[in-house]
Amino acid sequence: MRRVMTDTRIADPSQAGGVDIFGFVARFAPMLFLIALMVLFAAIEPRFLSSINLFNVMRQVSITGLMAVGMTFVILTAGIDLSVGSLLAFAGLVAAAVAKGGLENRFTVGEGGVGYGWGLAALAAIAVGLAGGYLQGLAITRLKVPPFVVTLGGMSAFRGAALLFAAGGPISGFEPSFTWWGQGKIGPVPIPVIIFLAAAALAHVTLRYTRYGRQVYAVGGNPEAARLSGLNVNRVIASVYVIMGFFAGLGAFVLAARLNSAEAVAGTGYELTVIASVVIGGTSLFGGSGTIFGTVIGTILIGVLLNGLVLMNVSSYIQQIIIGVIIVLAVAFDTFAKSRRRKA
Amino acid sequence: MAHAPAALSSAPAKSRGPILKMTGISKRFPGVLALEDVHLEVGHAEIHALLGENGAGKSTLLKVLSGAHSADAGEIELYGEPVAFATPHDAQRAGIVTIYQEFTLAPDMTIAENVFIGREPGSKLFISWRRLSEDTRAITDKIGLKRDPMTLVRDLSVAEQQLVEIARALSMRSRLIVMDEPTSALSEAEVANLARIIGTLKSEGLSIIFVTHRLEEVFRLCDRFTVLRDGRYVGSGAVADVTVEAIIRMMVGRDVGALYGERPIPEHGPVALEVEGLTRRRTARDPHAIELVDVSLRAHKGEILGLAGLVGAGRTETARAIFGADRFDHGVIRIDGKEVSFAGPRDAMLHGIGLAPEDRKKQALFLRLAIRTNITIAAQDQISRGWFIDEGREAAVVDEFRRLLSIRMAGPDQLAGLLSGGNQQKVVLARWLALRPKILIVDEPTRGIDIGSKVEVHNLLIDMAKSGIAVIVISSELPEILAVSDRIVTMREGRVTGEIARNDATQEILMSMMTFHDAAGEARVRAS
Repeated sequence: MRRVMTDTRIADPSQAGGVDIFGFVARFAPMLFLIALMVLFAAIEPRFLSSINLFNVMRQVSITGLMAVGMTFVILTAGIDLSVGSLLAFAGLVAAAVAKGGLENRFTVGEGGVGYGWGLAALAAIAVGLAGGYLQGLAITRLKVPPFVVTLGGMSAFRGAALLFAAGGPISGFEPSFTWWGQGKIGPVPIPVIIFLAAAALAHVTLRYTRYGRQVYAVGGNPEAARLSGLNVNRVIASVYVIMGFFAGLGAFVLAARLNSAEAVAGTGYELTVIASVVIGGTSLFGGSGTIFGTVIGTILIGVLLNGLVLMNVSSYIQQIIIGVIIVLAVAFDTFAKSRRRKA
Repeated sequence: MAHAPAALSSAPAKSRGPILKMTGISKRFPGVLALEDVHLEVGHAEIHALLGENGAGKSTLLKVLSGAHSADAGEIELYGEPVAFATPHDAQRAGIVTIYQEFTLAPDMTIAENVFIGREPGSKLFISWRRLSEDTRAITDKIGLKRDPMTLVRDLSVAEQQLVEIARALSMRSRLIVMDEPTSALSEAEVANLARIIGTLKSEGLSIIFVTHRLEEVFRLCDRFTVLRDGRYVGSGAVADVTVEAIIRMMVGRDVGALYGERPIPEHGPVALEVEGLTRRRTARDPHAIELVDVSLRAHKGEILGLAGLVGAGRTETARAIFGADRFDHGVIRIDGKEVSFAGPRDAMLHGIGLAPEDRKKQALFLRLAIRTNITIAAQDQISRGWFIDEGREAAVVDEFRRLLSIRMAGPDQLAGLLSGGNQQKVVLARWLALRPKILIVDEPTRGIDIGSKVEVHNLLIDMAKSGIAVIVISSELPEILAVSDRIVTMREGRVTGEIARNDATQEILMSMMTFHDAAGEARVRAS
């Protein structure tokens, strides 16, 4: 590219010293907001702080949280995945069919006992997720179609596949060994919460301590610089959609286990909650900046907000309005923080 | 409708005095005085060349004139009346239109829409497409743009797009058109056409401020000139009364070379990199790319090869092609005598080539990531155990180069975006040095960094060469080329135009090798 001639003598203004209070607040804003919210709800409605309620909140957010962990990888590369809800529905149906012992038996009511077991069902869900993510990753890197468009297409296509596969009805009634993954507990802790937190820990280690994690941040932060540093940018970009697919598949399995049912309309609107969790957690939609810890906070924050509003008898329609406003504010905050940093 | 410039009605068009007079213009940016007491006077129907090296302050002066910057001191008079432009729109209304190097056209709109953007003929609500088309054609015919006004700008060549910019300026009834390096992206034939159009405009009484690095154009096109250097006014005069040498002397000054001490040219090591017949043509997908024609050069171990040329001469493109960052059509690259071919930068790195690209912030740094990541991102193999980064080893690498290059930073976790330009450049150099390269190409090593850090970076480059690396330095600043290079190759319009040893080179000789087509041989003769 031709460059506009710039005055090379303009001083670099970026050496401002001192303590950056604004930066500190910006970094811990989601955490501070969560604490404030919990204090507020606890003051208004003491039931909020009961351990049963808190575990309930955690269990409610565990599926979208699981997917938000995957979405963090995607958004770190400045990408987006709108197809997660649809992919989850499709993967859940496939897992359910496997658990029931094949498509012929899928509408057998009750615990037929002829299925292939939870293990194969889980693998099937994850395989569908991986394949869906891989396809989209290919389209983004090979066909050079923006992630927004590819996954918007995926959102429609996977939902269609789910509807086709379900042929109209839900697939319900699994063995206890299957439903344990969604309904069971270890001590007081629900299994989905354990899966969510374990996945978050694994993702945190990956992003923070592995070569691959570094590459995700580098590609998201500056793809051209990443390429000129010898990174395989396309492979990294494709891989984050595969990871997203993995978590959508895993989420599908856990959701089917929790509801003891899989249906084609499952996960409708999840993309909003999932993306919101990541963005509210401080991950920048511009890529290259964000943490899994932030995503966990963002996930819990949404859960707490919804739970608190329910306890206060706020209508679910108003809840949706509030979530929408908070997403826009979170991104506005990120943009504002970014321009502050540029000026600083 | 087009705004009739207010100044025009009050001043007779035949006025003999200067139409533009800028006096005592000063402009300070945080920490730097960009312009100090600069003068510029442009007469009626005059083509005025504004000259100076990169960083001399030309762009800043033009931005003050066009209302993009406001001056801290000084006066601007238009037709003898003081004016002050708060915005580019004000300047346009007064009849001054600036055509920047980067065009401001909307590629997916038609020629006519671009010419009359914001001033479309018709009623308040609806555009009259017929009149829009007719009005546009009236202007484009005059400047020889033979295209249907309803053609999309995207489908035009760079030269034609430039004519659309000129048409837009004419549609605004401008009296003074400022052209910032209008010829840098044009072929010889296109330049000749532009020259003809500029002649036409002049005969109609328009004045033009013309910024160029090609001195032959100054002599072919311009009536008067003004030279800036280091943000100060050096002089002005009639082109007819001056020689090329005199202008070059005014541009480069005499005192710059004193910063750098004498340094013996080291003995050549064996050839590390050899490029032969490198050629890259424009393609339909990239019609404005800079072409490379039969570029050949060698770099020896332990020497610094300077690659000099004007912006757009093809130096950066040559470097990127060698590094595997851009494709090329034919040509051979040999490393240590063996032919190689790279599918991408990764391959080039594995063969020991490094490239510190020209735009530090856009192409090299991860501004929002930690310094340690910035330094080690290309050397992950060295600092990892299996999939995991070994933070101990990473810290050792970061520490080694922090000390070796004396990078001044708060700590390895500081964000790279918070470093000064000089330290950012050291971080980029550290990234490549960590790979222990055999060949290191550094594109514009000191662009945008202060003079103290400049000398520091230059000494680093010299030390790298001493350690046996073949260093290739690309720079638009001749003092820099002369300060660090052992041997200099000049390029112009995608071709190598000459080669000269540092001891034989002066800024004047290099400038003429870079700006004149046939000057390469001549310069060598003069040098010997």
